[in-house]
Amino acid sequence: MDTDTAILARGLRKDYRGGRVALDGVDLRVGAGTVHGLLGPNGAGKTTMVRVLATLLSFDSGRAWVAGADVVARPWVVRERIGFVGQYAAVDEVLSARRNLEMFGRLYHLGRRRSRSRAQELLERFDLVGAADRPVRTFSGGMRRRLDLAAGLVLDPRVLFLDEPTTGLDPRSRGQVWSMVRGLVAGGTTVLLTTQYLEEADRLADRISVMDTGRVIAQGTPGELKERVGGGRVEVVVGRTEELGVVAQVLERMAGAPPSVDVDALCVRAPLAGGGGALTKVVRALDEAGLDVEDIALRKPTLDEVFLALTGQEGDGSGDVGGRGSW
Amino acid sequence: MVSGGEWALGAVGGARSWSRRLGWVVADSAVVARRYLAHLVRKPDELVGTLMIPVLAVLLFGFVFGEAMGAAMGLGGDGYRDFLMPGLFALTMAFGIGNTTIAVVSDVGRGVVDRFRTLPMAPSALLVGRSMADVVAALVDLVVLVGMGLLIGWRWHLGVGAALAALGLLLLLRVAFTWVGIWLGLMVRSPESAMKFFSLVFPLAMVAETFVPAEMVPVWVAPVAEWNPLSATVLACRELFGNTAVAGQGWVAQNAVLMALVWPLVLLAVFVPLSVVRYRRLSR
Ligand SMILES: Nc1ncnc2c1ncn2[C@@H]1O[C@H](COP(=O)(O)OP(=O)(O)OP(=O)(O)O)[C@@H](O)[C@H]1O
Ligand SMILES: [Mg+2]
Repeated sequence: MDTDTAILARGLRKDYRGGRVALDGVDLRVGAGTVHGLLGPNGAGKTTMVRVLATLLSFDSGRAWVAGADVVARPWVVRERIGFVGQYAAVDEVLSARRNLEMFGRLYHLGRRRSRSRAQELLERFDLVGAADRPVRTFSGGMRRRLDLAAGLVLDPRVLFLDEPTTGLDPRSRGQVWSMVRGLVAGGTTVLLTTQYLEEADRLADRISVMDTGRVIAQGTPGELKERVGGGRVEVVVGRTEELGVVAQVLERMAGAPPSVDVDALCVRAPLAGGGGALTKVVRALDEAGLDVEDIALRKPTLDEVFLALTGQEGDGSGDVGGRGSW
Repeated sequence: MVSGGEWALGAVGGARSWSRRLGWVVADSAVVARRYLAHLVRKPDELVGTLMIPVLAVLLFGFVFGEAMGAAMGLGGDGYRDFLMPGLFALTMAFGIGNTTIAVVSDVGRGVVDRFRTLPMAPSALLVGRSMADVVAALVDLVVLVGMGLLIGWRWHLGVGAALAALGLLLLLRVAFTWVGIWLGLMVRSPESAMKFFSLVFPLAMVAETFVPAEMVPVWVAPVAEWNPLSATVLACRELFGNTAVAGQGWVAQNAVLMALVWPLVLLAVFVPLSVVRYRRLSR
């Protein structure tokens, strides 16, 4: 494992008892100081992967190194160098935020005084000073998540694992978590993050691995993945149903491929290479055909479409928190 | 990312010398114990919950049924209350299992244990810390119950040394039961299934020398009552406190103090390793 690799996994396999294959030969390399996104539908094996790398779960075959140490041979070394923020908040509900952080500091063997000052630092950084001495059970989901994140950072980890860090957060708290992650990475931390939100991966990750049923089915930068499903698309919305046919003819001539017609939305879509210049030509051609369009837009492919194309299913199934379709 | 020199730093947890390791186990367990004790202080309902049953039992068995029980046993009401208290002390130690199990199973379920397991702390510290906290909680229980006993006329008759020895046996029993509780907490899936389990165990805690001597229960349950780990401690305490005892014929009754040491040690020898193995298996 070379010095600019923070996480390296080779052929990881994990069968849970009961015969389910959760990891089916996963390879992964995460460069030091980068954010890597693990993206995949429910049950893809994201949590399993993160838990294996964080020394929480044993696996059946393959090897893995994190922050320079083998997770099986030297788990205690790995534990000194990582932070782990699980899918569900793992802080003590009864204790106050401050007591939680101090306790984790002690268990990292920081000593009483250092634990105390570190707790104060983290409370300030995560904007929890006002609530620091309240029991955590009185916290909102967002506050709890921030505390959870702070607890993962007590030791300034070299590698931070975040399992769905923003699930269930409102857009504002989500933005806060994102900017914290960016801050950490600017400071040199490596982050492995799982998410079902494509927007999150798109915004945060330098590279993405798309997982499905225990396998990595695609890897690359967000841009590379988007290119895999082709270039942009033009969408034309008209006022009356009769106009759809003419628009489709025009677009077919311009795009060289049959457009898809959505009668309900009064919309015609067609693949279009060439960006803004090509769009101008489409507008002109429609104008020459004497059509009065309601709306015309050039759409870039989204990670959502990538996801759909790769896994054959809808990406963000819950769709509860904003962002989907707006990017 | 790792140059040779940094491995030395990594060796903080890696310096596997025995004394150092033991030092960390003690230090980390103390941190964990403080966490559980903070729970006790902030949510005293657990303490109140464990004390409720023995306190009610003092009132119910001591006064409501006390005269009748005492008459049946030829002791009278005061004699029966003197007989009863050591039984209730031990019963309270047994009820501690419930709190332990629920605390462990909810910790595992909430993922707090996951976080502990990713820290470079001693792996056994979580369990050892829990048992340390339980001993402290048991002391509080005993102080309240002894105070209650003194109020209703119960006394120790053979000096402070013997009385402290009896309290020591009670705490030993609690430590043993704590590890049973820890193991159960690691085995069951939810606090609810733990509760179901306890409704089965509950009668078992009653079938002991607690309320009546083994001689007075039906013949077919008598061996259960006699060989119940609770019974040895109850009998030993009656002996050491010098409380009214009903001369038992059984082997356990004859060797109560010995058995009050053997039983907890056997339980510990079984359940400490079982719990540690089970805890390790959380990574399966
Ligand atoms: N403890 C377990 N025992 C048995 N099977 C499990 C266990 N945990 C997960 N699995 C199975 O392993 C597979 C991968 O699960 P995993 O939790 O890693 O998925 P995930 O990608 O994190 O999903 P999600 O998005 O729902 O969190 C699933 O089929 C799941 O049912
Ligand atoms: Mg998951």
